[in-house]
Amino acid sequence: MSKKVFGLLGLLTVASLVLAACGPAPATEPPATEAPEAPGTEAPEAFECMDAIGCVEVAAGDPIRIASALVISGPNASLGLDSQYGVEIAIQFKGDVLGHPVELQAEDDGCNAEGGQAAGQKVVSDPSIVGVIGTSCSGAGVPMAQVISDAGYFMVSPSNTAPSLTDPDQAWRPGYLRTAHNDKVQGAAMADYAFNVLGLATAAAIHDGDPYTEGLANSFREAFEALGGTVVAFTAVNVGDTDMRPVLTSVASAEGGAPEFLFFPVFTNECVFLAIQALEVAGLENTVRAAADGCFSDTVITNLGDAEEGMWFSGPDLAYASATYEEFLVAYQENYGSEPLSVFHAHGFDAANMIFACIESTAHQNAEGDLLIGRQEMRDCLYATSGFEGITGTLTCNEFGDCADPKIAVYEIDGGEYVPVYP
Amino acid sequence: MDRLKSFSVINAFLWLMRAAIIAVVAWGTIQTILNNTTSTRAWTDFVIFGVAQGSMYALIAIGYTLVYGVLKMINFAHSEFFMSGIFTATSAVAIPLNASGFMAEHPFITMILVSLVAIVVSVTVALLTERIAYRPLRTAPRLMALITAIGASFFWQYYFSGLLGSRAKGFPAIDALKGSVPFLGTQVLKTHILVVIVTILSLLALNFFITRTRAGMAIRAVAENKDVAALMGINVNQTISLTFVTCATMAAIAGVLYALVFQQVHFYMGFIPGIKAFTAAVLGGIGNIPGAAVGGLFLGLFESVGPSLFLQSLGIASFNQLKDVIAFTMLVLVLIFRPQGILGERLTETKA
Repeated sequence: MSKKVFGLLGLLTVASLVLAACGPAPATEPPATEAPEAPGTEAPEAFECMDAIGCVEVAAGDPIRIASALVISGPNASLGLDSQYGVEIAIQFKGDVLGHPVELQAEDDGCNAEGGQAAGQKVVSDPSIVGVIGTSCSGAGVPMAQVISDAGYFMVSPSNTAPSLTDPDQAWRPGYLRTAHNDKVQGAAMADYAFNVLGLATAAAIHDGDPYTEGLANSFREAFEALGGTVVAFTAVNVGDTDMRPVLTSVASAEGGAPEFLFFPVFTNECVFLAIQALEVAGLENTVRAAADGCFSDTVITNLGDAEEGMWFSGPDLAYASATYEEFLVAYQENYGSEPLSVFHAHGFDAANMIFACIESTAHQNAEGDLLIGRQEMRDCLYATSGFEGITGTLTCNEFGDCADPKIAVYEIDGGEYVPVYP
Repeated sequence: MDRLKSFSVINAFLWLMRAAIIAVVAWGTIQTILNNTTSTRAWTDFVIFGVAQGSMYALIAIGYTLVYGVLKMINFAHSEFFMSGIFTATSAVAIPLNASGFMAEHPFITMILVSLVAIVVSVTVALLTERIAYRPLRTAPRLMALITAIGASFFWQYYFSGLLGSRAKGFPAIDALKGSVPFLGTQVLKTHILVVIVTILSLLALNFFITRTRAGMAIRAVAENKDVAALMGINVNQTISLTFVTCATMAAIAGVLYALVFQQVHFYMGFIPGIKAFTAAVLGGIGNIPGAAVGGLFLGLFESVGPSLFLQSLGIASFNQLKDVIAFTMLVLVLIFRPQGILGERLTETKA
């Protein structure tokens, strides 16, 4: 009996291996080499891919497929689900694109490098996918940008904010764009708030080694020092740490004295541990605590309890004054039964609409309604986006994919909600 | 002379490595002491944090060491015994009672309830794991039991994630335990004092149980030799189950203390403390109960004091991130000079 079972399992394994090997088939037909047919009939007949790096073919009646790679499980799920809901609402509002419905394949980036790599590999093994909306976390974005770029796809991230991702000397790859702000802006906003509004002259920053947290902590340090403040300690914890008291004690006994302002732009679990334990460490009793958009979640509000008193959070400014946003919020409430879970839903919505606009302007369509979407043409179109009116503002992409119209606000928790207090 | 002959290149390399590690540690320590920028208050605090964290490691480490003593296997599912109890108790008892206001009025009764639920759930999980996953494999090669233990660990993690959600849950703060009290010229958190007291009481109770009661004697007899113990009229299966009950109780108590100190629990919370406690058990000498307690305490202290003492003055950026490196380097150092662990006996062939 068990031999039979093993035999069957073996067969299944072999079969799945064979199928997997068949999966990543060449994405496109080779470019046309034959001469065009008789002149005159050329325009309707020559329906072949002329793109430098290939095309996506969508037969009449088939959906246009895009993928998302956002963190939709684990402790940071509210960050990714929020963006994914934004994309889904964009698809719902848009209806058909050039007569084709749009289908979303949702992947999970796991908010770490391994998850980004895996999601990227899965996406590029499917030649029917036009492009990706993702990732949520910059740490997942770095390896995924490489996979996506090498395969000729493109990705638009609604919430990657690490400066390195749009720096061609660091992690930027052709085909990478984002609608989220660059953390150079967020770091500067937090520094401005601490130095000019709160009037604090010394600060410390703690990150967790992830590109997002390290990038943001770094840009905060640079901006704070540029304003004339002193950064007395700059250190890091590990993802998964729970006992933050030793690191906080060494921050409190820094050479320049205990900091007046402590900025820890880390993710939800570590953020809560740092926020609660900072209150209990000698020397930090009067230190003002602040975190960033990685710490926006209803879980954080519940788990912080009383420790939210006197704590600040920087994040994208959600004071979007547009009729579309009103409709968006209504749809969000109807579809998912809640207020937005986090702060990057509008960025997901804008990313999806940017992609739809480019599909509409670049895709080639024949009389039967078949579509050919050129991958290089899509990239060129996306990078050329200029003056695009989205919820988050007027988006204009630079040559390295920074498309956001960045507006940063500082929030506090009041009555179980994040309430903006600045600017 | 013989020793000199067998001295190979690899041996020389190993000795160089040891010398290098010790040199770095010594150099860092001397530098830190010479240009001491950290106040005495901070050093005292590091030690206290280390003792509190180490106490929790010690309670969990007991579980690894007891099961190893009896079954000669590393029970990697032990970290899930730790997680399951407090995660369930937080979701099912602490959060609802806090919402209804009962917890604020009767914190003591609530904590007793939380502890009872945590212990019952942990013990149930432990007994199920033992009965379903380990007992059928008792005569199988030891590697199979090890892999099964890792599988059981994953199973319980995702079982509880599915049951109670994958998000972190806040453990409500108790007013009576907020704040700190003066002690030796510094302030010690009330929760830390509670952790140390509860740990000491638990360890004393465990010691009494193992050394003074008939059931404890049976556990020791089974650990010595199962077959002979069976011949002497000891019910081996029952005794092994009892060992798991003891381990799970200790793990559940550690879980309750963890929730009080860190105020946040989630389905994955057992993994890192589990690895650390296993390390502590090896550090103290696996199979040796006082060893587990000493190992836990050492590990907690190394993690807390180590980064500032050894690394601060070496000019390493973000040295606090390297606390795990310190903890494991210490493990390597201890094992180089005392392969049996701090309090362990040298294992004989039959026992190993």
